[in-house]
Amino acid sequence: MTVILGKPLPVLMAQLLLGLVNGSFYALLSLGLAVIFGLLNVINFSHGALYMMGAMLAWIGAEYLGLGYWPMLVLAPLAVGILGMAFERLLLRRLQGLDHLYGLLLTFGATLLIQGLFRSFFGVSGQPYPVPELLRGSVNLGFMVLPLYRAWVVLVSLVVCLLTWFVIERTPLGARLRAGTENAALAQAFGINVPLMITLTYGFGVALAALAGVLAAPVLQVQPLMGSDLIIVVFAVVVIGGMGSIAGSIVTGLLLGVVEGLARVFYPPGSATVVFVVMAIVLLVRPAGLFGREA
Amino acid sequence: MNRRNTLYTKVAALLVAGLCGGAQAQKLSDGAIRIGFLTDMSSVYSDLDGSAGAIAIQMAIDDFKARNPGMTIELLSADHQNKADIASSKAREWFDQKGLDLLIGGTNSGASLAMKSVAAEKKKPFIAIGSGTSKLTNEECTPYTVHYAYDTIALANVTGGAVVRAGGKSWYFLTADYAFGQSLEKDTSAVVTANGGKVLGAIRHPLNAADFSSFMLQAQASGAQILGLANAGGDTINAIKAANEFGVTNSMKLVGLLMFNTDIHTLGLPATKGMYMTDGWTWNQSAESRAWAKRFFEKVKRMPSMVQAGDYSATTQYLQAVKAAGTDDGDAVMAQLKKTRINDMFAQGGYIRADGRMVHDMRLVQVKSPEESTEPWDYVKLVEIVPGEKAFQSLADSKCPLIKK
Amino acid sequence: MRARSKLLLPALRVGVALAIAAALPLVGAYPVFLMDVLCFGLFAAAFNLLLGYSGLLSFGHAAFFGAAAYACGVALRDWGWPPEAGLLLGVLCAAGLGALIGALGIRRKGIYFAMITLALAQMLYFVFLQAPFTHGEDGLQEIPRGRLLGVLPLADDLVLYYVVLAIVAGAWISMGRVIGSPFGQVLLAIRDNEPRAISLGYATDRFKLLAFVLSAALAGLAGALKALVLGFASLTDAHWSMSGLVILMVLVGGVGTRWGPLVGALVIVGLEHKIGEIGAVLANFTGISWFSTLGEAVTMVTGLIFIVCVMAFRRGIVGECIDWWHRRRGGLSV
Repeated sequence: MTVILGKPLPVLMAQLLLGLVNGSFYALLSLGLAVIFGLLNVINFSHGALYMMGAMLAWIGAEYLGLGYWPMLVLAPLAVGILGMAFERLLLRRLQGLDHLYGLLLTFGATLLIQGLFRSFFGVSGQPYPVPELLRGSVNLGFMVLPLYRAWVVLVSLVVCLLTWFVIERTPLGARLRAGTENAALAQAFGINVPLMITLTYGFGVALAALAGVLAAPVLQVQPLMGSDLIIVVFAVVVIGGMGSIAGSIVTGLLLGVVEGLARVFYPPGSATVVFVVMAIVLLVRPAGLFGREA
Repeated sequence: MNRRNTLYTKVAALLVAGLCGGAQAQKLSDGAIRIGFLTDMSSVYSDLDGSAGAIAIQMAIDDFKARNPGMTIELLSADHQNKADIASSKAREWFDQKGLDLLIGGTNSGASLAMKSVAAEKKKPFIAIGSGTSKLTNEECTPYTVHYAYDTIALANVTGGAVVRAGGKSWYFLTADYAFGQSLEKDTSAVVTANGGKVLGAIRHPLNAADFSSFMLQAQASGAQILGLANAGGDTINAIKAANEFGVTNSMKLVGLLMFNTDIHTLGLPATKGMYMTDGWTWNQSAESRAWAKRFFEKVKRMPSMVQAGDYSATTQYLQAVKAAGTDDGDAVMAQLKKTRINDMFAQGGYIRADGRMVHDMRLVQVKSPEESTEPWDYVKLVEIVPGEKAFQSLADSKCPLIKK
Repeated sequence: MRARSKLLLPALRVGVALAIAAALPLVGAYPVFLMDVLCFGLFAAAFNLLLGYSGLLSFGHAAFFGAAAYACGVALRDWGWPPEAGLLLGVLCAAGLGALIGALGIRRKGIYFAMITLALAQMLYFVFLQAPFTHGEDGLQEIPRGRLLGVLPLADDLVLYYVVLAIVAGAWISMGRVIGSPFGQVLLAIRDNEPRAISLGYATDRFKLLAFVLSAALAGLAGALKALVLGFASLTDAHWSMSGLVILMVLVGGVGTRWGPLVGALVIVGLEHKIGEIGAVLANFTGISWFSTLGEAVTMVTGLIFIVCVMAFRRGIVGECIDWWHRRRGGLSV
């Protein structure tokens, strides 16, 4: 058995793979956050709660409506996206002229409300959510047994991330979006319906969070607080990647998932804090983040 | 109910109480007995005890009131959310402001340790039922603590001992990183090594961990025969699910060091069959327990766990002690409790020792396969009854400062 | 005449408040509850110093609160120090952490600064989770109260109350002096228009850092006091939800006002303690039994209050009162 730095290779590979799976969650979540921040200049604190909502809706769909995984994969993000758009239209928009901090505080309040609501109806205990039939079973890779479902998660996350990046950075639609946020008045003068775009973008960003939630449901415990500590790691990821850089957040998300996985092998007690340590170092060396644009 | 009716009822109650309520005048503080119950009602341990535990306690109160009309007994219950600080604050507030006479501690060892300090400070009895840490009757013992249903030493002795004797020599632990988990790991490790086994290592996880995949991989890498799950409730369930998912069950045997029938119910017999566990009480162990379990089932729609049965039994014993002592003064009731023999649907021949430990027989059981199960909730078969003196730590080994050596 | 009355009115307000506070336990208020309000009032005031007077939103203030609580707890319980030494240690630890976190974050502005403080505080939370001296999930229990300066027995709730009242009042008055001082004036200038302050030659980063450290130290004092009063320090003290709670207190009370933080603390702490009873009352009143579960719904209610405050009630209670007073006197809405 080959041993690298004191750890057997199979263990290392297994943790790396797991790290990649976690990294794809981070990437998907920080993508949504980066989209909303980059294009709307709003820190969406409720991202974690909406991720949880996606997972809980998937469970509710299975439990009460008889809707399995596949329909919920589409329906849950849709539902959360619509809710998000309503939220943006009715509440967030009114804070537009004010200090950005109020947007943060509003979404923070929304987080508490959503978490509290789900908590009071469903308790904090995790709800079991089964892996969908098609994706059950695992593949024996020799050095570890990889559940099929986790491979699926990585696939979906990468595809969605790449698609989103492509649309925003390389298509005319994306160009209009970026124009609208850089200079709303000018863009509107050119006939771009900026307010509508903003609402749709917010809806899309939170739908991404809900999608991550549905993907997570069979893997993690579905419970009302599942997003609450995760969101802060995602914040750290976005800060490291550079706020406003979409590609940056995707790459950083994956990278940090892997770093965390490695930490779990070499220094387990530090695995929870390694992301923040990296953030502190990056801030000292490159305050704008690894891929960030402004100083 | 109109006022005249209430007046008549009150007078009638007084008359009845005066006529038959027993000869001794009850010297009760504020003229009432107030019982407080703090447990986890919404988190990882809510199924083991939770608000159904409050229902069990209320059943005990109602049954006692039926035999002793005219006594005012109130129950206060709250959710401590597995947080020691909430438990501590709530307990203190109840003692200071609501005239609490008895505090019953549900699940979570950290919260129980906090509660027993407050109760000792206020000189009122504290009965820990749902939590398992053996510290309650060792270093942290007080004259006012009773540790009722089980503790980590009994679990370690019975389960750990049995598994090692059956051939499971090399162990690896997955431990919940707080008082209970660490206690369980420490006690079981001691039993394993004393019986000739070896502990290859342990990994700690935070309470309510969402994802056990990383821990499972590390456990697998250890190469041990036995994976000891030193956690409980939702954590145990998720660990077992992850173990199945990652194929850990192919190379290691899982031992749930603290499992309840509620966990088996959630996981299902196919995932848990053959597992050994230690129980202090099984709902179908005797005719009496069955009868009580049926009454519980009618209210809660789930069969009771050992903890919920313990809630009922402990409350009944307390109330009987108050009646016998003629007062709800903390010291008098504690003295009375330590003199009593406990013979009810929960335990036969049980007694409370000087260090606060309630000693009673423990049962080594094995989870049935689906074919062996004859009725709903019939999940385990009895392997061996271990007498209390052998299961629990002996008084001589106890590190409780109250014991005169 | 003008100058004298400028000092007289605030001093009078403080005096009256002190008199009322001193009398409260004597008329039956639960001293532990009052001390809880005082500790959180101090915490909120420390935070207000940063947000209201310096314009910096820190989302990680719980780190200072929790760190000081643990430091004081360990000193009092494991090392046997007297209470005043424990409190001092708490303050110093919090100030030190404040210097560290502040140094890392101060170069960024606004939202970025908030997120950095949040992430660094969360890192500290995980350190606390794993460090043996905090006892992790169980928390640090049974912190002894001891005797203050070897003389005053703090085990007595009433004695402790007056001690806490004195300390908090002292800190409060000092904060007022700081805000009124030239240093405080520069902070206000930075808050209102930082580029102009820079152009006037002020090293704004240094001022902001100093304000941050001061705020952290006072938050630490609040945390250490809380550990002393309630007898335990736990992970909840360092969790980001605690940071959010203090922001809410300041928001509800009124950002940038003198008395806002205290009012906000009173409202929020009172709510937390009494929400079970409020729920029961509402349940009886409206006949909707779901209200009686309100006791468990503290988070939800907190969230709702947050949203309402941000959308419609940005000035907070004290802020609205001041504004109403101004309009009454014929002035324009501030």
